[in-house]
Amino acid sequence: MSAIIRTENLTYTYGLKTPLEKTAVSDLNIEINEGEFLGVIGHTGSGKSTFVQMLNGLITPTKGKVYLRGTDINQNKKELQRVRFQVGMVFQYPEYQLFEETVYKDIGFGPGNMGITGDDLDRRIRSAAAFTGLKSKLLQKSPFDLSGGEKRRAAIAGVIAMDPDVLILDEPAAGLDPQGRDNLLSQILEYHKKRKNTIILVSHSMEDIARVADRILVMNRGKAEILDKTRNVFAQGHRLKKMGLEIPQITKVTQKLIENGIPLPQGILTVEEAYVAIAQLLKKEGRL
Amino acid sequence: MRDIVFGQYVQQKSIIHLMDPRAKLIFLVAYIVLIFCTFNFYALAVPVILAVVMMLLSKVSIGKYLKSLKMIIVVVIITAIFNLFYGGGQVFLKIGPISITEGGINNSIVIVLRILCLLIASETLTFTTTPTDLTDGIERLLKPLKLLHIKVHEIAMMMTIALRFVPTLLEETDKIMLAQKARGADMDSGGIVKRAKALVPIFIPLFVSAIRRAMDLAMAMECRCYHGGEGRTRMKTLRFSRVDVFGFILFSFVTAGIILLDIFLPHIVR
Repeated sequence: MSAIIRTENLTYTYGLKTPLEKTAVSDLNIEINEGEFLGVIGHTGSGKSTFVQMLNGLITPTKGKVYLRGTDINQNKKELQRVRFQVGMVFQYPEYQLFEETVYKDIGFGPGNMGITGDDLDRRIRSAAAFTGLKSKLLQKSPFDLSGGEKRRAAIAGVIAMDPDVLILDEPAAGLDPQGRDNLLSQILEYHKKRKNTIILVSHSMEDIARVADRILVMNRGKAEILDKTRNVFAQGHRLKKMGLEIPQITKVTQKLIENGIPLPQGILTVEEAYVAIAQLLKKEGRL
Repeated sequence: MRDIVFGQYVQQKSIIHLMDPRAKLIFLVAYIVLIFCTFNFYALAVPVILAVVMMLLSKVSIGKYLKSLKMIIVVVIITAIFNLFYGGGQVFLKIGPISITEGGINNSIVIVLRILCLLIASETLTFTTTPTDLTDGIERLLKPLKLLHIKVHEIAMMMTIALRFVPTLLEETDKIMLAQKARGADMDSGGIVKRAKALVPIFIPLFVSAIRRAMDLAMAMECRCYHGGEGRTRMKTLRFSRVDVFGFILFSFVTAGIILLDIFLPHIVR
């Protein structure tokens, strides 16, 4: 696997040369692989959002560089717009960016800016809406008439319609009900599997990240604390706890069981996995 | 968008910060009247010195003052140039129909100093007074207008809310701009029509969210039984302190000084 995005001494300081100076991201050197699903976790104020906003040049790093497929994205400011088409970004609460008369037009805003027109545009809008599970009868409605969850989907579809090679999602499920959360996440995972692009998901929910991510970047006070396979990251419960982070509840439960002498495998991440492991164990002992 | 300095509060511990907002408002109004009652350079020197003293006493960095002056420096220069050609007295230079005279030079010096004093004084007020204190002060000072059935409390409340939401809306604008830029919106190039059109994706979400916030706020206020100013008491009552009394005494001397200088020294040629 080759790196699609690489950062070099990436640093960002808010309010430079004022009394409120605060370094949000400091000296980040990481590589993001082509086609992987990367989870980014960290405490509030750990610099997650600032970090991902630098990846498509929305904010310019104070120091350091971001390479997209080997080229420094901030080298040529005129190319930045094209970078943003390749690295799509869905902000927190993206429903507040909707503005067009119809959902259809709003989803078409991004690809329209790319210069796509006609049948191609129509095809992109419809497939983006389908990917996010937005019913086609909603497309002709005003975005302000949709429900909260539908607005969220419409806004995410607006970025997916640009068909970016890297899709960044900052807390896409925040404020949705549990079912809406699960659905949205499944749809993103399915989209990732079909499109085979790189996805960076920022989230507070360890359960969500455990379900979908291949690798996890743990950020703490602006630094990249851990970058490893999901299983290996959540095996370090104590280290995460020190940073004010939790491991998924089911991982915690199975770890307690292991500590109490029940021979379950290490690093169980989801309820389904736990179910399979426990069922197997019970069968082996002839209790099921 | 973040570096709008004008009208910003600067946290500090200074004598001027401690003063009662009502006193500061009264001083500002009196000061503005005084600036325009100076008829020679000696009298004008008094408010100029006072402005410098205020600037130093406020403990707000001079850089902040200069930064805000930068915004209107063009206006000051243009007024100065126009005033140069007005006025009588000795003629120094004559080019065609326009001439530069002693009166003109005097006029432009006076006008520049007056504008600068005006700005420094109002800046001192906003730098040293929180918006809530300021509107509180205005509400108290305008109270007599209630006799004319003017809803003073409601007006003050509107001002407080408006000021409170300025930073929030700025932050929101930033966020929406980033989100639309991420979708490839181009706001920095093209002709005037294209640029105006590029603002639509910013302003519509901004208006929608401002209206939503207003409705939320109205609901929250109603839930806490807000019903206007009738019979409402305050958590912080404004009280004049020794600093204010001292200020009033000092200000009376300044006023007397300017009037005396005006009376006893010759007026400048205008």
